[in-house]
Formats: sequence, C-alpha cells, structure tokens
Amino acid sequence: MNWSQLFTSSIGKKIVMALTGIFLVVFLVVHCYVNANIFFSNAEENFNRAAHFMGTNILIRITELGLFAGFILHIFQGYKLTLLNRATRKSRYAVTAGNKTSKWYSRSMALLGTLILLFLIVHLAHFWVPSRFGGLKEVEYGGQVYHNLYGEMKDVFSQPWAVILYLLGCFSLAWHLLHGIQSAAQTLGWTNKNFMPMITNIGIVFSILVPAIFALMPVFMYFGWEINTGALTLLF
Amino acid sequence: MLDSKIPAGTLDDKWTKYKGSVKLVNPANKRKLEVIIVGTGLAGSSAAASLGEMGYKVKAFCFQDSPRRAHSIAAQGGINAAKNYQNDGDSVYRLFYDTIKGGDYRSREANVHRLAEVSTNIIDQCVAQGVPFAREYGGLLSNRSFGGTQVQRTFYAAGQTGQQLLIGAYQALERQVALGTVEMFARHEMVELVIIDGKARGIIARNLVTGELERHFAHAVLLCTGGYGNVFYLSTNAMGSNVTAAWKAHKKGAYFANPCFTQIHPTCIPVSGDHQSKLTLMSESLRNDGRIWVPVKQGDTRNPNDIPESERDYYLERRYPAFGNLVPRDVASRAAKERCDAGYGVGSSKQAVYLDYAAAIQRYGKAEVSKNNLGNISAEEITQLGRDVVKEKYGNLFTMYEKITGENPYNVPMRIYPAVHYTMGGLWVDYELKTTIDGLYALGEANFSDHGANRLGASALMQGLADGYFVIPYTLGNYLSDDIGTGLIPTDHPAFVEAEHTASERINKLMSIKGTKTVESFHKRLGKIIWNECGMARSEAGLKKAIKDLADLKQEFWSDVRIPGEINEMNPELDKAGRVADFIELGQLMCLDALERNESCGGHFREEYQTPDGEALRDDTNYMYVAAWENKPDGWNLHKENLVYEIVKPSQRSYK
Amino acid sequence: MQHYSMNLKLNVWRQKNSIDAGHFETYDVNDISSEMSFLEMIDVLNERMIAEGKSPIAFDHDCREGICGMCSMVIDGRPHGPWEGTTTCQLHMRAFKDGDVITVEPFRANAFPVVKDLMVNRGAFDRIIQAGGYVSVNTGNAVDGNSIPVEKDKADDAFAAASCIGCGACVAACKNASAMLFVSAKVSHLALLPQGEPEKRQRVKSMIAQMDKEGFGSCTNTYACEAECPKEISVLNIARLNREYLHSSLSGDFE
Repeated sequence: MNWSQLFTSSIGKKIVMALTGIFLVVFLVVHCYVNANIFFSNAEENFNRAAHFMGTNILIRITELGLFAGFILHIFQGYKLTLLNRATRKSRYAVTAGNKTSKWYSRSMALLGTLILLFLIVHLAHFWVPSRFGGLKEVEYGGQVYHNLYGEMKDVFSQPWAVILYLLGCFSLAWHLLHGIQSAAQTLGWTNKNFMPMITNIGIVFSILVPAIFALMPVFMYFGWEINTGALTLLF
Repeated sequence: MLDSKIPAGTLDDKWTKYKGSVKLVNPANKRKLEVIIVGTGLAGSSAAASLGEMGYKVKAFCFQDSPRRAHSIAAQGGINAAKNYQNDGDSVYRLFYDTIKGGDYRSREANVHRLAEVSTNIIDQCVAQGVPFAREYGGLLSNRSFGGTQVQRTFYAAGQTGQQLLIGAYQALERQVALGTVEMFARHEMVELVIIDGKARGIIARNLVTGELERHFAHAVLLCTGGYGNVFYLSTNAMGSNVTAAWKAHKKGAYFANPCFTQIHPTCIPVSGDHQSKLTLMSESLRNDGRIWVPVKQGDTRNPNDIPESERDYYLERRYPAFGNLVPRDVASRAAKERCDAGYGVGSSKQAVYLDYAAAIQRYGKAEVSKNNLGNISAEEITQLGRDVVKEKYGNLFTMYEKITGENPYNVPMRIYPAVHYTMGGLWVDYELKTTIDGLYALGEANFSDHGANRLGASALMQGLADGYFVIPYTLGNYLSDDIGTGLIPTDHPAFVEAEHTASERINKLMSIKGTKTVESFHKRLGKIIWNECGMARSEAGLKKAIKDLADLKQEFWSDVRIPGEINEMNPELDKAGRVADFIELGQLMCLDALERNESCGGHFREEYQTPDGEALRDDTNYMYVAAWENKPDGWNLHKENLVYEIVKPSQRSYK
Repeated sequence: MQHYSMNLKLNVWRQKNSIDAGHFETYDVNDISSEMSFLEMIDVLNERMIAEGKSPIAFDHDCREGICGMCSMVIDGRPHGPWEGTTTCQLHMRAFKDGDVITVEPFRANAFPVVKDLMVNRGAFDRIIQAGGYVSVNTGNAVDGNSIPVEKDKADDAFAAASCIGCGACVAACKNASAMLFVSAKVSHLALLPQGEPEKRQRVKSMIAQMDKEGFGSCTNTYACEAECPKEISVLNIARLNREYLHSSLSGDFE
C-alpha cells in the first residue's frame, strides 16, 4: 500500500475530514477567546489590541494560511465525500427510516456545512476583508494606531438582519459540531467502551457552549450590554 | 454383502495404521486433479479448504447466495471433543462409547472410534482459525454438558457454536478462493451426477439465477449436502435444505442407508398454526439448567406459575433418575409425546410440555449472593441476579423464544415440543467415506455412518468437521493416486451430454404440467403423511398406508403441480418443485425401510416393539445391520452391512 | 399473548432481473394472523398469486431462525423491519396492526445489485473476506486449543463482533451504503484474538482496499447501521477498525 492511501481511501478521506475538523475546532476556541473581550469592561480597547496582535504577529499570520488551507480542504473534501457517498446508491428508497435510526444532524452535515459556509462568506466580507484590505476606521491607544474592528462590529450588529443571520450561523455551527466532534473522535479511533460516553459528553458541552458564546456577541453588541469587570482584561 | 473396508488391527490402531499406509498423491500431481464439492456447510467448507490447501483444484457449489449461509450455521449448542480439560474422566474411548451407545448400537465401531480420535484436533484447528469459543476467566476453554453423557466435553460459543465453526471453515474456504485453489459457485444446484466408466466424473449444475444448466468435470465428487429432514415439511432445517444431490446419486447407483433413522429433537418451539413454515429449535443446552414438566392433572389449564410444585410431574427426572433432563434426544422426545398423547399436554394445542427455568434462576441467584458476599438482599434481587446469569448463558435463545411466541421465558416457563431435526440415515459410505459409486464420496450429515439410530447432541458439528478436515484429505488421496493419468475429460463427452439431457427433460416436464396445485401444498401433504406414519412412532399398518398414500401423492404431483414463471430465469418455485419431487420418492423409501426394520432402536420406534415400560426394544439377532437400499427401475433392493461389535457389548440402553 | 387477525396493504418492489428498472406493485393481504412471521405472510400472498397465475415475489430466505443472514428486505424504510436486533425471518406480524400499509423494498446499494424482486447479490461481502478476513492456518497446523490463553474480556468482545451474520443490513441502512460495520466486525473479531494478531496489519489494509473497490461508501458515523444490525454489532468496532487502519498505515514498511 502506498502511504498516500492513508488520505485517499474511504477511511483516509474521513481522516482528512476529522483532522481538518479538529484543527478548525481549535481555531474556534482561539477565536472565541479573543472575541470574548467584547463582553467585558473596556471592551473596545482590549478587543482592538487583541485583534491587532492577531493581525500582526508573524506566527499567527502563518497559521492563518494553514487555517485557510484547513477550511478549503474541509469544505472541498466534505463536498466530494457527499457526492461520492450519494453515488453509492443509484436506486433510492421509497421510504426511509429517518430519525428512527439516526439523528437528523448526523445525516445533514453537508447541509449544515453549507449554511456555515454561506455565513462564513458574509462574515469574512464583514470583518476579514476590511481588516486586511483597508476600509476600517482607526483609533489610537497610548500613541499607537489600531484598526477599530470593535467599531466595525458595532456598525454591523446595529442592523437587526445581521444579528439574526449570525444567530442562524451559530445555530448551524452548533448542530454541525454536535455530530462533528464525536464523529472525528470515532474516525480517528479514539472511541472505545470506556471513552465513548466521555467523548460524546465533551462534544455535546463544547457544541453548545462555544456557539452560544459566539451567538451572544452580536446580541451584546446590538443591545449595548457589558459585564462590568473593572480594570480586568481578558487578554493581552 | 457390502464391504465397509474397515482396516485390520485393533480398534484404536486402525486409523493410525490406515494413515500410515494409505497411498499418497505428490504435490505436482494434485494440481492436475480436480475435485467437485457440493454443499458448503461444515463438511463441505472444511473439505474444500483442506483439499485446496493440499493443492487439489476444487470447485465448490452451494444453492445459497454465499457459502456462509449453509444450515450448519444454525447449530446452537456445541461441539464435543474428548479433550478431558475438565478432568472429569473423559477420554477418546468414553466419547466413542457414549456415541455408540447413544446411537443404540446401530453404528460402525471403527468409524465412531476414528471420530472420537480426531475430535481433539478439531478443537485445536478451530481455535487456530480464530473461532471465539467460550472461555473461563483464566483464559482457557470452557465446557458444558449435553444429553446422553455424564462428562462435560462440549465446547461452545454462546448459543451460536455452529455459526462460529462455519464462519471459521468459510474463512478458510474464502482464503483458498483468494489463492485460486478453490473456485466457488454460489446459487448453483446440482441436478445430475455424471458417471463415466463406472466412476463419478462430474455433475450437471443449474445456475439458479439464469436457469442455465452447466457441465462440470472432476476426478472425484464429494457430496456434503446435509440431511433430508425437510421431507417432513416442518423441521428445524433451513427452507432450502434438500436431498436432491444425494437422491440423484442414489438413482445413479449410490446406496441409501438407514433412511428411516431420523432424529426428533425434544426441545423446539411448538407449532402455532397452519401457516407455519418451519420450526425453531431451542438448544439442547437448555436442558442443562431447565426442568421439563407437565401438570399432574390431565387437561390442566391453569397458568403454569399457579401450579404448585406438588402438582407438577417432572417426568424425565421421575423416569430416568440417573440422567434426568439430560437423557438422549430420542428418549426425551418419546417421553414428551407419551405425556401429550396421554392428555397431559399444555398450551392451546395441548401438544407441548414446559421447560422451566424458575429453579435454575433461583439457584444461580443464590450462588451469586454467596460468591459476591451480598448478604441480606430481597428475593426479587436474588431472582434478578439469577436472571442475569441465565441471560449471559442462554440470552440469545430466550430472546428468540420471546420474538417467536411473544412470551417472556424469564417469567413464564417455555412451551416446547419435539420436532424433526437431524437425519442419521444418508448415502451409504465405507470407511473411506466413499459411496457405492467409485469416486463419489459423502461427508457430514449426507452420509449415514457415525450416529447409528440416534445422534447425541453436539456430535453433528464434530462429524461434519472430522470428515472434512481430517478424514477426506487422507482417504481421497488413496483413490486419486490411481487416477493421476486420467487427465481432463472434456465436457462434450457423451455421458455429460446425456446427463444434461436427463436434467433438462425433467425440468421441461415439470414446467409443462401446468396443473392446479402449488408445490408448497404438495410439500405440506407429504410432510403430514411422513410425520404421522414415519415420525416419532411407526406401525406396520401406518407405514403400509403411507407407502400407498405416497404413491398416490407422487402420481398427483406429476400430473397436477403448478409452477409459475420460466425455466431460464430466477425461479424459486421451480427449484422447490425439483426438491419436493425428490422428497416424495425419498419418503417412500423411508417408509419402506421403517417397515422392513421390525424392531425399535434409537429414533426408529415401532409401536409393536417396545418394553413393558415403553422403551425401545431392539432385536440384535435379526437387525444388527445397516440397511443399504439400491435403487432399481421398479423399486428398491435391500443390501445389508452386518455390524460387528468387537469392543462394545450391545445391551439395552439404560439411562435410569 | 392475545392473538389477532389483520388485513394489510403491501407495496412491494418488483424487478424482473438486474437490468429491469423495477417498480412498485400493491397487494391486499387478508386474514393474517399475528402469530405468523413476516415471511410466512409473504408465503400466503405468494401461494395466492401462484393460484391466480401471477408471478410470486422472489425473496432470499433460508434458515428462518435469524442466523444464516440470507433474508433481507427493507420494510417501511427499515432493513429487517421495525423490531430491534431482529432479522426479517424472525419479525412477526404482531409488529403490525389491522389496516397497515407496508412498503417492502430490496436492500439498495450499487454494491448489492438486485437479482430479482427483493433478492440482491451480496457477493461483495465474500470478496472482502477473501481479501483477508481469515487466519492463515492450514488444516493440521494447529497447536493445542488451550496452549494460548485468551483474556475473557477480549474473547467476549471477539465473539460479539464475530456474531455478524453478513446479511448486509448495515449497508442497506447506511445513507452512504457503507460496509464499515461488516468489515469492522471481521477486523475486530480477528484482531482481538492472539490467533489473528500476526496478520492484523495487512488484513485491515487489504479488506479496506477491497471494500473501496466494491463501491461501498465512506462511514459518516450516523450509526444507523448499529441501530439496524440484527445482531446488534457495536459501532465501537468501527472505531477499532479505524484505529487498526491508522496504526497499520503509519507503521511498517511503506512500499
């Protein structure tokens, strides 16, 4: 066997999905942690400083390339797998078992993924494009100039449709993760009699917690809420 | 007089000496020799794998869609072997003796001794193949006890021993398919045997998907086609199990031995109605822990749990105190029939007895309490613990019972009744498993050799694998060593043409009848006749009537059967019609054989011949022989193989 | 247990042979006893159709006691019907009630072409076993059965995996027509036992390669296979298979 089959066989394709998926989950944690600055006191400065660090640190910029590669691989491989898997049954069933034998979201990963992708495109257009290619206002902290990404968020999330769209994006993400995390663990062979329940539970908690935190961000922004933490800063 | 070719020497030396002096075929010549194996159950798969490994070119045929489906897979309880791992006094001799006695002294000593000798190799072979036998906590193999023995020598894999053994043999077979030594023909049925110059040289097989007839040549043909229990219509056999291949061989000159020796298994789920298509066995292993009883009062309709201990008749324990619920199958079946006939039967049909686990659940529950130092716990908790143990041992059987009957056997005693299960009769073979046709062999249940008039539990798996793994690899070489110069006979040889013609004529004839009655309806009627007159009890008058009825049935079948569809397509009704036609003829021979044997022995119980307390009464002076029937255009000729007991002294079988 | 009688309407897939496009036909079946098995109900219908001069429904079946794996059928979208841990032949009509409309289809997957009506060709499973689903031990090579003790837990797990009957319900149930539960059952059975250990690296690679060649899909872990498996084989076997596959691919010599 050629070792490349590790990534091209039926299991291999799933291993690619699992590895890129886990990589994206790690990204979500970082993204969530950085953005969580907006919930607390002194949100504008803390968040803009954190965003500045993420946008200028050379290591993080390199990782960002990897992140893009991860996204693209996960998306393309996902679609390819979906098409290949659909093609294994030319003659379709007249009646299907539906939710009696499996969860709807486990069968709907491509649909949920597509919703997330659509959200992602809007999301990139809102924030990533202006921050990389100009168009953001600037602010000054301690004599240094920063992009006012926080201000951009305020602007975007002042529109109710944007808030709703982001909530839907987070909702799709939650269901996608609910199956994805557990599925990745299974594909990588981490599940066994002892770990299966633990992995499943960790997956459930993560899938609810992280998208919920993300979902609160546009809501906080829209209503102008803030958790008073005094001078305490979350990051950087 | 038939020559069984038993080697000279003392009993425990015969097989060793045979193996040491048998003629061999060198590896280069094996590649030139072709062998056809019909049937892929334990005997067929193991033979195909072993002969393939040795280098023969093997073609294997099965009517199912895969060799793994053969009905050996349904054997539940276990496989015997004289390993004496339990240190309870077992030995090759004791297994040999139990089998001879269990067979009611109607089997061949030399064959049975060889079977007992190789039994130990079978377990080793299966373990090496990865058969997941049950094990103890120390990692060693576990044993259970079975009917007709007083030692624990049965190896098992929960209630799926046959499945695990067959999958082992199937995997070995598929390995040879991958290596190119075995060619597999699934969904093929043998419909004719080809004989050239007095030797079996091939078969005509019907491709069941396309309906085409195919000619296949071989230097030798092995029939591993199982038993003919489906002659009874309702049996524990698979729906497709049939006698056709063996019957074709019989019609071409292979003698059929002891056809009336059929085994009625005591513990099956009772018939529920006319729609019933097959009967389901509850493993004999259940008799290890379950107690069989009927109410003391006739026609008692109370809920079994409401019948107090004092009003229950544990009739096996009463009649056979030494073996109790573990008497051999023929004895247990007859005892159940006796109680039901006398009006003590239970259930709506009154054709059932109880198999009760309540006592075992309590016993196991209490054992768990003391094992785990549980001290003061409630009666319910003890019952639950006991149930858990029973579930681990027999869970799949209990589940199966519940699915079929809708009753929970943990709460209510199971209802059971005897049903046709195994056929000890079959093609007559000599010590080398060769039939009376040169080059034609019969292995496993398809032959008659090892079980006499009654087979002990967990011995069928043993015999199938013994024949396939450890007997035929030696004995076949002895024949083929003289055949190395024969070369391939082209299949346009007149014998092939003629055999194919015979087969196609018969199919055309069946299709052209276009009558009014379905194949199934004839099969049901055949089954009723055989079950009533040639089942658990037989009588001269009944058998004579059955022979006449069967002749009428045959006549009616060939003039009024309706088979839908075409010849050249997948046509299960046509397949079934060919099989039922053969079963009707076999039924005639069974009744003839039963009528001729004026004694009772093992599964053959003639009402005229019984002891005062209702046990089978053998007649060793006049009937200590194998009845081997030769087919003639106008009927059958009886040939006898006298059974000589050098070691065991036949006596009345007693399990009291 | 109260028995009852019912009238049913059946939508059955009819297909003359592997080339035919196939279609549904509707049949009324009356006076069916709740004590019958599902296949006995079809027997009743077939007997009637033969009497009426129609072509009976072809379906695979043999042992009718849930162990040979020959029976198939998708009943109302469920391979082997609505009961858990049950083959079609053990499904009894108690599962249905008077007036039910039941849709019966063959196992559908490109890798299981229809032979006729409800019969499919599952030869792909045999070929996967040929690729490595065995222990390479010739007859007569074996050592004493008790010479290698096997941990009871492992023996039990191996047995649980080995209880697979090769019916193909996992493939039929999977939205991707993946054969992973079947393959994982065999890989697990043999990898867990010391007798299967020496060949386990090559076995898993060869069996997966054959599985892919046969046109089965990838596993996306919906676990419909486990829910429909008549022998209730656990999907943890699939995790073990994935583990074995990764391990096998990352170790040893690469060619």
